[in-house]
Amino acid sequence: MHPAPSVIVFTTLSGLGFGLLFWLGLGFPPVTGWTAFTFFAIAYALAVGGLVSSTFHLGHPERAWKAFSQWRSSWLSREGIAAVLALVTMALFGAGLVFLGTGVVVLGLLGAALSLATVYTTSMIYAQMKTIPRWNTALTSALYLAISVAGGALLAGQTRFVLILLPIAAVVQVLWWMQGDKAFSDSGTNLATATGLGSIGRVRAFEPPHTGTNYLLREFVHVVGRKHAQKLRAIALILGYAVPVLLLVLPFSHVLAALAIISHIIGIFASRWLFFAEAEHVVGLYYGKRGA
Amino acid sequence: MTTLPSSTQKKLGLVIDLDTCVGCHACVISCKGWNTENYGAPLSDQDPYGDDPRGTFLNRVHSYEVQPLADSAKVQPAAQLIHFPKSCLHCEDAPCVTVCPTGASYKRVEDGIVLVNETDCIGCGLCAWACPYGARELDAEEGVMKKCTLCVDRIYNDNLPEMDRVPVCVRTCPAGARHFGDFADPDSNVSKLTAERGGMELMPEQGTKPVNRYLPPRPKDQMDDAGQLDVLAPFLAPVAEEATGFLGWLDKTLEKL
Repeated sequence: MHPAPSVIVFTTLSGLGFGLLFWLGLGFPPVTGWTAFTFFAIAYALAVGGLVSSTFHLGHPERAWKAFSQWRSSWLSREGIAAVLALVTMALFGAGLVFLGTGVVVLGLLGAALSLATVYTTSMIYAQMKTIPRWNTALTSALYLAISVAGGALLAGQTRFVLILLPIAAVVQVLWWMQGDKAFSDSGTNLATATGLGSIGRVRAFEPPHTGTNYLLREFVHVVGRKHAQKLRAIALILGYAVPVLLLVLPFSHVLAALAIISHIIGIFASRWLFFAEAEHVVGLYYGKRGA
Repeated sequence: MTTLPSSTQKKLGLVIDLDTCVGCHACVISCKGWNTENYGAPLSDQDPYGDDPRGTFLNRVHSYEVQPLADSAKVQPAAQLIHFPKSCLHCEDAPCVTVCPTGASYKRVEDGIVLVNETDCIGCGLCAWACPYGARELDAEEGVMKKCTLCVDRIYNDNLPEMDRVPVCVRTCPAGARHFGDFADPDSNVSKLTAERGGMELMPEQGTKPVNRYLPPRPKDQMDDAGQLDVLAPFLAPVAEEATGFLGWLDKTLEKL
């Protein structure tokens, strides 16, 4: 799949923002007044900034409001609704903390649940795709939720939780990679089923429909950069998971905490880039780009 | 609504005969010609006369080589070249429809055609992600999703002569490799063809239940049996085994040299 920068930025930043909102809703850290305002401002900047950047890849962003209508069938529609509900609920909860010095606990818990629900709906947009076997697993949702909750804890300064949750997220990440590397061959879809010609003999793509490129090849048959996949996986694991844990084990300082956050975000960007760049869509079979 | 209808009154679709298709791409060109100036936004091209031409097509023809496996009867079986037109299969369980966040993609209850309402399409591309067949292409000029409409603006069009009220790819095909009809009717031409020739679904394991069917190539004549099948062989048998007369003298003389 084509790793569109807008979608990588969106899933990474909004995942982090909703993760922070999750912790704020639970009352970690227990902030009020200006401190609460700062925390909520960061969370909203990440969550809303991510959502806005996701509209950049639309052909008609001015019609994006129509995407709230199809929640019965569409995970993308459900994501939009969940995001708005989470942001509104947490805004009410946050306003209480900032201006009145106290928040309605039920609103906070509800907002935390809706924040997690938003991350889950994002993950399901990808996990539902049977056409992309690497994504088509419950582990995709586990990965998105694990990264969001651990990253949120990091931003919320919940060191105790980070030291547990970030290693868990790292394990899910490695499991997801291992599962993903065999997903395509395990899916049962190959050039023989794609053409129905497998009963005659071995099928090979002889000639593509045209000599140039097209939308399908650009969007779904991205192969550039895969050769660096192993290096990028190592970078994602080290910067995204290992370095933040090491920095937090050291005696606390704000500089180290900031470095941990920056390292985590860079690592997750690498992980998210691979999430798209390594994903193989079955349509590539028709173009002979999936090794038979 | 982007939820799928539980059933449709008709199941309009195509049968594509892989035995007959000669790979001329006439269906590709006629499809682009009709659909760029009728239903919905035009099918744009980018850099059409330049170094990197690209464009939106609703129908494309691939070509595959199939190498039959060798066995005792056929030690070196000949490879076959199979031309493979591919467009929207108007699936019964169309994943492109249910993922649409705006309701722009829908499957018609009356005839099962999958269409895009372009004024509702936000161009997110998710339907193209969900389609295993590559049947949907986002138009780079209009920013909306384009796909085969089964020429919905021809098949019900009273302004056209009756023989033209079929999808333009079917009307154009010079080999007669494309057939249009109602799969819900067991007596239709497409249902009969599918039954007779073992019409197959593409990627059945994806669970999309495609309506369009592909007829597999018929078994090829075997070269080993050429003697039996060669009806001209009796007429081509040599009339004289031994040369006589002048040529006979020449043959003998040259042998002696």
